Amino acid sequence: MLTKRIIPCFDVADGRVVKGIRFLNLRDAGDPVELARAYNDEGADELVFLDIRASPERRDTAIEMVRSIANEVFIPFTVGGGIRSPEDVRQMLESGADKVAINTAAVENADLVREAAERFGSQCIVVAIDAKRLAAGSWQVHTYGGVGGGTPVEIDAVEWAGRCAEAGAGEILITGMDADGTQEGYDLELTRAVSEAVRVPVVASGGAGEPEHMYEVFVKGKADAALAASIFHFGTHRIRDVKQYLAERDIPVRL
Amino acid sequence: MKVVVVDYGAGNLHSVSRAVVNGGTRPLVTSNPSYLHDAEAVIVPGVGAAADTMSNLRASGFVEPIRDYISSGRPFLGVCMGEQALFEVSEEGGEHECLGILPGRVVRFANGLKVPHMGWNQVRIVKPHPIFDGVTDGSYFYFVHSYYPQPADPDVVIGQTEYGVNFASVIARVNIVATQFHPEKSGEVGLRMYANFLKIAATTGVS
Repeated sequence: MLTKRIIPCFDVADGRVVKGIRFLNLRDAGDPVELARAYNDEGADELVFLDIRASPERRDTAIEMVRSIANEVFIPFTVGGGIRSPEDVRQMLESGADKVAINTAAVENADLVREAAERFGSQCIVVAIDAKRLAAGSWQVHTYGGVGGGTPVEIDAVEWAGRCAEAGAGEILITGMDADGTQEGYDLELTRAVSEAVRVPVVASGGAGEPEHMYEVFVKGKADAALAASIFHFGTHRIRDVKQYLAERDIPVRL
Repeated sequence: MKVVVVDYGAGNLHSVSRAVVNGGTRPLVTSNPSYLHDAEAVIVPGVGAAADTMSNLRASGFVEPIRDYISSGRPFLGVCMGEQALFEVSEEGGEHECLGILPGRVVRFANGLKVPHMGWNQVRIVKPHPIFDGVTDGSYFYFVHSYYPQPADPDVVIGQTEYGVNFASVIARVNIVATQFHPEKSGEVGLRMYANFLKIAATTGVS
Protein backbone atom coordinates (compact mmCIF):
# COMPACT_ATOMS: atom_id res chain seq x y z
CA MET A 1 0.00 0.00 0.00
CA LEU A 2 1.21 3.50 -0.79
CA THR A 3 2.19 5.13 2.48
CA LYS A 4 1.62 8.64 3.76
CA ARG A 5 4.89 10.53 3.80
CA ILE A 6 6.47 12.44 6.68
CA ILE A 7 8.77 15.17 5.39
CA PRO A 8 11.05 17.31 7.55
CA CYS A 9 11.78 20.72 6.08
CA PHE A 10 15.03 22.64 6.55
CA ASP A 11 15.61 26.34 6.02
CA VAL A 12 19.03 26.88 4.52
CA ALA A 13 21.10 29.98 3.82
CA ASP A 14 24.49 30.04 2.15
CA GLY A 15 24.60 26.27 2.14
CA ARG A 16 23.97 25.96 5.88
CA VAL A 17 20.88 24.90 7.79
CA VAL A 18 19.61 27.80 9.87
CA LYS A 19 17.33 27.53 12.92
CA GLY A 20 18.92 25.28 15.44
CA ILE A 21 18.36 21.58 15.42
CA ARG A 22 18.24 21.00 19.13
CA PHE A 23 17.85 17.33 19.81
CA LEU A 24 20.18 15.27 17.70
CA ASN A 25 23.66 14.82 18.97
CA LEU A 26 25.35 16.36 16.00
CA ARG A 27 28.85 17.62 15.63
CA ASP A 28 27.65 20.30 13.26
CA ALA A 29 23.92 21.03 13.38
CA GLY A 30 24.24 23.42 10.45
CA ASP A 31 25.61 20.86 8.03
CA PRO A 32 22.83 19.82 5.62
CA VAL A 33 24.54 16.53 4.84
CA GLU A 34 24.89 15.47 8.45
CA LEU A 35 21.29 16.48 9.14
CA ALA A 36 20.00 14.67 6.08
CA ARG A 37 21.78 11.51 7.18
CA ALA A 38 20.43 11.79 10.71
CA TYR A 39 16.85 12.36 9.54
CA ASN A 40 17.15 9.47 7.12
CA ASP A 41 18.10 7.28 10.09
CA GLU A 42 15.11 8.68 11.99
CA GLY A 43 12.81 7.40 9.24
CA ALA A 44 12.10 10.53 7.19
CA ASP A 45 10.45 9.66 3.87
CA GLU A 46 11.78 12.68 1.99
CA LEU A 47 13.56 15.91 2.80
CA VAL A 48 12.89 19.48 1.73
CA PHE A 49 15.53 22.21 1.71
CA LEU A 50 14.31 25.78 1.32
CA ASP A 51 16.92 28.37 0.50
CA ILE A 52 15.63 31.39 2.38
CA ARG A 53 18.24 33.78 1.03
CA ALA A 54 18.47 32.50 -2.51
CA SER A 55 19.93 34.88 -5.04
CA PRO A 56 21.87 34.56 -8.28
CA GLU A 57 25.14 35.45 -6.50
CA ARG A 58 24.61 32.67 -4.02
CA ARG A 59 23.66 30.10 -6.65
CA ASP A 60 27.01 28.31 -6.62
CA THR A 61 26.83 27.71 -2.88
CA ALA A 62 23.34 26.29 -3.23
CA ILE A 63 24.43 23.96 -6.02
CA GLU A 64 27.43 22.82 -4.02
CA MET A 65 25.09 22.02 -1.13
CA VAL A 66 22.70 20.05 -3.33
CA ARG A 67 25.60 18.08 -4.74
CA SER A 68 26.96 17.11 -1.35
CA ILE A 69 23.52 16.05 -0.10
CA ALA A 70 23.00 13.89 -3.19
CA ASN A 71 26.38 12.27 -2.63
CA GLU A 72 25.42 10.97 0.77
CA VAL A 73 21.66 10.67 0.95
CA PHE A 74 19.69 7.90 -0.70
CA ILE A 75 16.15 9.15 -0.15
CA PRO A 76 14.40 11.76 -2.31
CA PHE A 77 14.90 15.43 -1.60
CA THR A 78 13.36 18.64 -2.87
CA VAL A 79 15.09 21.99 -3.20
CA GLY A 80 13.23 25.29 -3.22
CA GLY A 81 13.88 29.00 -2.99
CA GLY A 82 14.87 31.32 -5.78
CA ILE A 83 13.95 28.96 -8.62
CA ARG A 84 12.99 31.36 -11.40
CA SER A 85 13.69 29.67 -14.74
CA PRO A 86 13.94 26.26 -16.44
CA GLU A 87 17.70 26.79 -16.31
CA ASP A 88 17.55 27.03 -12.49
CA VAL A 89 15.52 23.81 -12.44
CA ARG A 90 18.04 22.08 -14.69
CA GLN A 91 20.98 23.07 -12.51
CA MET A 92 19.33 21.74 -9.36
CA LEU A 93 18.31 18.45 -10.97
CA GLU A 94 21.73 17.92 -12.52
CA SER A 95 23.32 18.56 -9.16
CA GLY A 96 21.27 15.73 -7.72
CA ALA A 97 17.99 17.16 -6.41
CA ASP A 98 15.00 14.91 -7.11
CA LYS A 99 12.42 17.67 -7.17
CA VAL A 100 12.40 21.42 -7.37
CA ALA A 101 9.83 23.60 -5.62
CA ILE A 102 8.64 26.69 -7.46
CA ASN A 103 6.63 29.33 -5.64
CA THR A 104 6.76 33.06 -6.50
CA ALA A 105 8.14 32.52 -10.00
CA ALA A 106 5.18 30.31 -10.89
CA VAL A 107 2.87 33.25 -10.16
CA GLU A 108 5.00 35.82 -11.94
CA ASN A 109 5.84 33.73 -15.00
CA ALA A 110 2.71 32.04 -16.31
CA ASP A 111 4.61 29.58 -18.52
CA LEU A 112 7.32 28.45 -16.13
CA VAL A 113 5.54 25.42 -14.66
CA ARG A 114 4.44 24.15 -18.06
CA GLU A 115 7.88 24.68 -19.59
CA ALA A 116 9.70 23.02 -16.70
CA ALA A 117 7.30 20.06 -16.60
CA GLU A 118 7.58 19.51 -20.35
CA ARG A 119 11.33 19.62 -20.23
CA PHE A 120 12.06 17.68 -17.06
CA GLY A 121 8.83 15.76 -16.37
CA SER A 122 6.02 16.50 -13.93
CA GLN A 123 7.52 14.18 -11.32
CA CYS A 124 10.19 16.71 -10.39
CA ILE A 125 8.11 19.90 -10.43
CA VAL A 126 6.54 20.86 -7.11
CA VAL A 127 4.50 24.04 -6.94
CA ALA A 128 4.62 25.56 -3.47
CA ILE A 129 1.70 27.79 -2.54
CA ASP A 130 1.49 30.08 0.49
CA ALA A 131 -2.17 30.75 1.22
CA LYS A 132 -3.86 33.05 3.71
CA ARG A 133 -7.51 32.76 4.69
CA LEU A 134 -9.71 35.54 3.31
CA ALA A 135 -13.13 34.30 4.31
CA ALA A 136 -14.77 30.95 4.94
CA GLY A 137 -13.67 28.57 2.19
CA SER A 138 -11.48 31.13 0.48
CA TRP A 139 -7.71 31.57 0.62
CA GLN A 140 -5.49 34.10 -1.11
CA VAL A 141 -2.13 33.27 -2.70
CA HIS A 142 0.86 35.16 -1.30
CA THR A 143 4.23 35.43 -3.00
CA TYR A 144 7.61 36.23 -1.45
CA GLY A 145 6.59 34.17 1.55
CA GLY A 146 8.66 34.75 4.64
CA VAL A 147 9.40 38.34 3.66
CA GLY A 148 7.26 40.48 5.95
CA GLY A 149 4.31 38.13 5.71
CA GLY A 150 4.52 37.86 1.93
CA THR A 151 2.81 39.80 -0.83
CA PRO A 152 -0.86 39.11 -1.50
CA VAL A 153 -1.84 38.52 -5.12
CA GLU A 154 -5.33 38.41 -6.56
CA ILE A 155 -5.46 34.65 -6.98
CA ASP A 156 -7.56 32.10 -5.14
CA ALA A 157 -5.25 29.44 -3.73
CA VAL A 158 -7.44 26.41 -4.46
CA GLU A 159 -8.05 27.53 -8.02
CA TRP A 160 -4.34 28.25 -8.41
CA ALA A 161 -3.44 24.74 -7.24
CA GLY A 162 -5.76 23.35 -9.91
CA ARG A 163 -4.20 25.50 -12.62
CA CYS A 164 -0.67 24.49 -11.60
CA ALA A 165 -1.52 20.79 -11.63
CA GLU A 166 -3.14 21.31 -15.03
CA ALA A 167 0.05 22.99 -16.26
CA GLY A 168 2.09 19.97 -15.23
CA ALA A 169 3.04 20.28 -11.57
CA GLY A 170 3.53 16.77 -10.21
CA GLU A 171 2.89 17.77 -6.63
CA ILE A 172 1.39 20.68 -4.69
CA LEU A 173 2.98 21.88 -1.46
CA ILE A 174 0.34 23.93 0.32
CA THR A 175 1.21 26.10 3.30
CA GLY A 176 -1.58 27.55 5.42
CA MET A 177 -0.09 30.88 6.46
CA ASP A 178 -2.57 31.36 9.31
CA ALA A 179 -1.54 28.06 10.86
CA ASP A 180 2.18 28.31 10.05
CA GLY A 181 4.31 28.68 13.15
CA THR A 182 1.41 28.19 15.58
CA GLN A 183 2.07 24.49 16.21
CA GLU A 184 -1.70 24.22 16.67
CA GLY A 185 -2.37 22.06 13.66
CA TYR A 186 -2.51 22.33 9.90
CA ASP A 187 -5.19 24.31 8.08
CA LEU A 188 -7.30 21.22 7.47
CA GLU A 189 -9.97 22.96 5.46
CA LEU A 190 -7.45 24.47 3.06
CA THR A 191 -5.55 21.21 2.68
CA ARG A 192 -8.72 19.31 1.97
CA ALA A 193 -9.97 21.89 -0.54
CA VAL A 194 -6.68 21.71 -2.44
CA SER A 195 -6.48 17.93 -2.24
CA GLU A 196 -9.98 17.61 -3.68
CA ALA A 197 -9.24 20.13 -6.43
CA VAL A 198 -6.20 18.35 -7.89
CA ARG A 199 -5.34 14.84 -9.06
CA VAL A 200 -1.69 15.05 -8.03
CA PRO A 201 -0.27 14.41 -4.55
CA VAL A 202 -0.63 17.19 -1.98
CA VAL A 203 1.90 17.96 0.74
CA ALA A 204 0.44 19.84 3.71
CA SER A 205 2.59 22.38 5.49
CA GLY A 206 2.32 24.83 8.37
CA GLY A 207 1.13 24.30 11.93
CA ALA A 208 2.32 20.85 12.97
CA GLY A 209 2.88 20.63 16.71
CA GLU A 210 1.63 17.18 17.68
CA PRO A 211 1.44 13.74 16.05
CA GLU A 212 -2.32 14.16 16.22
CA HIS A 213 -2.06 17.08 13.77
CA MET A 214 -0.50 14.79 11.22
CA TYR A 215 -3.21 12.22 11.76
CA GLU A 216 -5.82 14.93 11.20
CA VAL A 217 -4.20 16.28 8.06
CA PHE A 218 -4.15 12.82 6.51
CA VAL A 219 -7.68 11.88 7.51
CA LYS A 220 -9.56 15.20 7.45
CA GLY A 221 -7.21 17.16 5.18
CA LYS A 222 -6.81 14.25 2.72
CA ALA A 223 -3.11 15.09 2.39
CA ASP A 224 -0.66 12.63 0.85
CA ALA A 225 2.28 13.91 2.84
CA ALA A 226 2.86 16.07 5.89
CA LEU A 227 5.72 18.52 6.07
CA ALA A 228 7.02 19.82 9.38
CA ALA A 229 9.98 21.71 10.77
CA SER A 230 10.02 22.74 14.45
CA ILE A 231 8.21 19.67 15.77
CA PHE A 232 11.15 17.57 14.61
CA HIS A 233 14.01 20.02 14.81
CA PHE A 234 13.33 20.92 18.42
CA GLY A 235 12.99 17.27 19.34
CA THR A 236 9.41 17.71 20.57
CA HIS A 237 8.63 14.51 18.72
CA ARG A 238 10.78 12.01 16.89
CA ILE A 239 9.82 11.01 13.37
CA ARG A 240 9.73 7.35 14.30
CA ASP A 241 7.38 8.02 17.22
CA VAL A 242 5.06 10.04 15.01
CA LYS A 243 4.99 7.23 12.48
CA GLN A 244 4.31 4.70 15.21
CA TYR A 245 1.43 6.86 16.44
CA LEU A 246 0.00 7.00 12.91
CA ALA A 247 0.46 3.27 12.31
CA GLU A 248 -1.48 2.51 15.50
CA ARG A 249 -4.33 4.55 14.04
CA ASP A 250 -4.34 2.70 10.72
CA ILE A 251 -2.56 5.35 8.69
CA PRO A 252 -0.23 3.51 6.29
CA VAL A 253 3.35 4.62 6.97
CA ARG A 254 6.77 3.19 6.23
CA LEU A 255 8.25 1.93 9.48
CA MET B 1 34.48 -4.71 -13.39
CA LYS B 2 33.35 -2.34 -16.12
CA VAL B 3 29.99 -0.95 -15.06
CA VAL B 4 28.42 1.53 -17.46
CA VAL B 5 25.64 3.94 -16.51
CA VAL B 6 24.00 5.11 -19.71
CA ASP B 7 23.77 8.90 -19.92
CA TYR B 8 21.17 9.85 -22.50
CA GLY B 9 20.26 13.15 -20.87
CA ALA B 10 17.73 11.80 -18.40
CA GLY B 11 18.52 13.13 -14.95
CA ASN B 12 19.19 11.30 -11.69
CA LEU B 13 22.49 9.90 -12.98
CA HIS B 14 24.17 11.33 -9.95
CA SER B 15 22.18 9.20 -7.50
CA VAL B 16 22.47 6.06 -9.61
CA SER B 17 26.20 6.51 -9.92
CA ARG B 18 26.53 7.07 -6.16
CA ALA B 19 24.49 3.95 -5.45
CA VAL B 20 26.88 1.93 -7.62
CA VAL B 21 29.87 3.44 -5.83
CA ASN B 22 28.20 2.48 -2.58
CA GLY B 23 28.07 -1.08 -3.92
CA GLY B 24 31.85 -1.04 -4.24
CA THR B 25 32.43 -0.22 -7.92
CA ARG B 26 33.07 3.08 -9.63
CA PRO B 27 30.88 3.15 -12.75
CA LEU B 28 31.57 4.86 -16.02
CA VAL B 29 28.79 7.36 -16.66
CA THR B 30 28.85 7.93 -20.38
CA SER B 31 26.90 9.26 -23.32
CA ASN B 32 29.16 7.31 -25.70
CA PRO B 33 27.41 4.09 -26.85
CA SER B 34 30.69 2.46 -27.91
CA TYR B 35 31.50 1.83 -24.25
CA LEU B 36 28.77 -0.82 -24.21
CA HIS B 37 30.97 -3.11 -26.34
CA ASP B 38 33.12 -4.33 -23.52
CA ALA B 39 30.90 -3.40 -20.56
CA GLU B 40 30.37 -6.11 -17.96
CA ALA B 41 27.27 -4.54 -16.48
CA VAL B 42 24.99 -1.82 -17.87
CA ILE B 43 22.50 0.34 -16.04
CA VAL B 44 19.88 2.43 -17.82
CA PRO B 45 18.31 4.90 -15.36
CA GLY B 46 15.61 7.37 -16.20
CA VAL B 47 12.99 9.79 -15.04
CA GLY B 48 10.45 11.74 -17.03
CA ALA B 49 8.37 10.82 -20.05
CA ALA B 50 8.52 7.79 -22.37
CA ALA B 51 8.57 9.84 -25.56
CA ASP B 52 11.58 11.82 -24.34
CA THR B 53 13.33 8.71 -23.08
CA MET B 54 13.02 6.99 -26.44
CA SER B 55 13.87 10.04 -28.52
CA ASN B 56 16.89 10.72 -26.30
CA LEU B 57 18.04 7.10 -26.53
CA ARG B 58 17.68 7.30 -30.31
CA ALA B 59 19.37 10.68 -30.65
CA SER B 60 22.32 9.55 -28.56
CA GLY B 61 22.69 6.37 -30.60
CA PHE B 62 22.00 3.96 -27.75
CA VAL B 63 19.10 1.94 -29.20
CA GLU B 64 21.06 -0.65 -31.19
CA PRO B 65 24.00 -0.88 -28.74
CA ILE B 66 21.55 -1.59 -25.88
CA ARG B 67 19.77 -4.28 -27.94
CA ASP B 68 23.12 -5.83 -28.87
CA TYR B 69 24.34 -5.65 -25.31
CA ILE B 70 21.25 -7.37 -23.90
CA SER B 71 21.26 -10.11 -26.53
CA SER B 72 24.90 -10.80 -25.66
CA GLY B 73 23.64 -12.10 -22.31
CA ARG B 74 25.53 -9.65 -20.11
CA PRO B 75 23.82 -8.26 -16.98
CA PHE B 76 21.47 -5.35 -17.51
CA LEU B 77 19.61 -3.21 -14.98
CA GLY B 78 16.81 -0.87 -16.03
CA VAL B 79 15.38 1.66 -13.57
CA CYS B 80 12.00 3.39 -13.91
CA MET B 81 12.00 4.74 -17.49
CA GLY B 82 14.89 2.36 -18.08
CA GLU B 83 12.45 -0.43 -17.27
CA GLN B 84 9.54 0.88 -19.31
CA ALA B 85 11.77 1.40 -22.35
CA LEU B 86 12.36 -2.36 -22.56
CA PHE B 87 8.78 -3.02 -23.67
CA GLU B 88 7.24 -2.74 -27.11
CA VAL B 89 4.95 0.25 -26.81
CA SER B 90 4.25 2.99 -24.27
CA GLU B 91 0.93 4.77 -24.19
CA GLU B 92 2.50 7.82 -22.58
CA GLY B 93 1.68 10.91 -24.66
CA GLY B 94 0.10 8.88 -27.48
CA GLU B 95 1.70 5.67 -28.69
CA HIS B 96 5.46 5.40 -28.58
CA GLU B 97 7.53 2.58 -29.86
CA CYS B 98 10.05 1.43 -27.26
CA LEU B 99 12.98 -0.98 -27.45
CA GLY B 100 10.75 -4.04 -27.89
CA ILE B 101 13.03 -6.35 -25.93
CA LEU B 102 10.21 -7.57 -23.69
CA PRO B 103 6.74 -8.19 -25.12
CA GLY B 104 4.08 -5.96 -23.56
CA ARG B 105 2.81 -2.43 -23.22
CA VAL B 106 3.29 0.44 -20.80
CA VAL B 107 -0.07 1.86 -19.71
CA ARG B 108 -1.39 4.65 -17.48
CA PHE B 109 -2.95 4.16 -14.07
CA ALA B 110 -6.65 4.42 -14.85
CA ASN B 111 -8.20 3.76 -11.51
CA GLY B 112 -9.23 7.18 -10.23
CA LEU B 113 -6.21 7.30 -7.93
CA LYS B 114 -3.79 10.19 -7.77
CA VAL B 115 -1.21 10.21 -10.53
CA PRO B 116 1.78 10.21 -10.34
CA HIS B 117 1.97 7.24 -8.01
CA MET B 118 4.47 9.03 -5.77
CA GLY B 119 6.01 7.82 -2.55
CA TRP B 120 6.94 4.67 -0.68
CA ASN B 121 5.10 1.48 -1.52
CA GLN B 122 5.66 -2.20 -0.85
CA VAL B 123 7.07 -4.80 -3.19
CA ARG B 124 5.73 -8.34 -2.90
CA ILE B 125 8.31 -10.83 -4.03
CA VAL B 126 6.44 -13.24 -6.29
CA LYS B 127 9.48 -15.16 -7.49
CA PRO B 128 12.87 -15.64 -5.86
CA HIS B 129 15.79 -13.96 -7.61
CA PRO B 130 19.34 -13.06 -6.52
CA ILE B 131 18.43 -9.37 -6.89
CA PHE B 132 16.31 -9.87 -3.74
CA ASP B 133 19.14 -11.29 -1.61
CA GLY B 134 18.67 -9.83 1.86
CA VAL B 135 15.53 -7.96 0.78
CA THR B 136 12.52 -8.76 2.96
CA ASP B 137 9.24 -9.51 1.23
CA GLY B 138 7.03 -6.43 1.55
CA SER B 139 9.92 -3.95 1.78
CA TYR B 140 9.18 -0.33 0.91
CA PHE B 141 10.66 1.36 -2.14
CA TYR B 142 10.33 4.85 -3.58
CA PHE B 143 8.11 5.19 -6.65
CA VAL B 144 7.42 8.14 -8.95
CA HIS B 145 5.55 7.24 -12.12
CA SER B 146 2.25 7.63 -13.93
CA TYR B 147 2.59 4.62 -16.22
CA TYR B 148 3.40 0.99 -15.52
CA PRO B 149 4.40 -2.01 -17.62
CA GLN B 150 2.02 -4.83 -18.52
CA PRO B 151 4.31 -7.66 -19.60
CA ALA B 152 2.71 -10.07 -22.07
CA ASP B 153 4.62 -12.88 -20.42
CA PRO B 154 3.66 -13.12 -16.72
CA ASP B 155 6.75 -15.24 -16.09
CA VAL B 156 8.99 -12.16 -16.19
CA VAL B 157 7.29 -10.61 -13.14
CA ILE B 158 9.33 -11.22 -9.98
CA GLY B 159 7.95 -8.38 -7.84
CA GLN B 160 4.51 -6.80 -7.61
CA THR B 161 3.13 -3.62 -6.10
CA GLU B 162 -0.43 -2.60 -5.41
CA TYR B 163 -1.71 0.80 -6.45
CA GLY B 164 -5.31 0.35 -7.50
CA VAL B 165 -4.01 -2.53 -9.59
CA ASN B 166 -1.33 -5.10 -8.88
CA PHE B 167 1.41 -4.09 -11.28
CA ALA B 168 4.81 -5.51 -12.16
CA SER B 169 7.31 -3.50 -10.12
CA VAL B 170 10.30 -5.81 -10.61
CA ILE B 171 10.94 -7.72 -13.79
CA ALA B 172 13.58 -10.27 -14.68
CA ARG B 173 14.37 -12.32 -17.74
CA VAL B 174 17.67 -14.17 -18.11
CA ASN B 175 20.25 -11.35 -17.87
CA ILE B 176 17.72 -8.51 -17.47
CA VAL B 177 16.55 -7.05 -14.17
CA ALA B 178 14.37 -3.96 -14.13
CA THR B 179 12.56 -2.02 -11.42
CA GLN B 180 9.73 0.49 -11.69
CA PHE B 181 10.81 2.13 -8.44
CA HIS B 182 14.05 3.99 -7.76
CA PRO B 183 16.33 1.74 -5.69
CA GLU B 184 18.86 4.60 -5.57
CA LYS B 185 16.23 6.63 -3.68
CA SER B 186 14.97 3.83 -1.46
CA GLY B 187 17.47 3.98 1.38
CA GLU B 188 19.32 0.91 2.64
CA VAL B 189 17.14 -1.70 0.98
CA GLY B 190 17.55 -0.01 -2.40
CA LEU B 191 21.33 0.14 -2.04
CA ARG B 192 21.17 -3.55 -1.25
CA MET B 193 19.59 -4.17 -4.66
CA TYR B 194 22.39 -2.28 -6.42
CA ALA B 195 24.92 -4.35 -4.49
CA ASN B 196 23.04 -7.51 -5.47
CA PHE B 197 23.06 -6.48 -9.12
CA LEU B 198 26.82 -5.89 -9.00
CA LYS B 199 27.25 -9.29 -7.34
CA ILE B 200 25.20 -10.92 -10.11
CA ALA B 201 27.36 -9.12 -12.67
CA ALA B 202 30.58 -10.17 -10.96
CA THR B 203 29.57 -13.82 -10.92
CA THR B 204 28.28 -13.74 -14.50
CA GLY B 205 31.67 -12.62 -15.77
CA VAL B 206 32.54 -12.03 -19.41
CA SER B 207 33.75 -14.91 -21.48
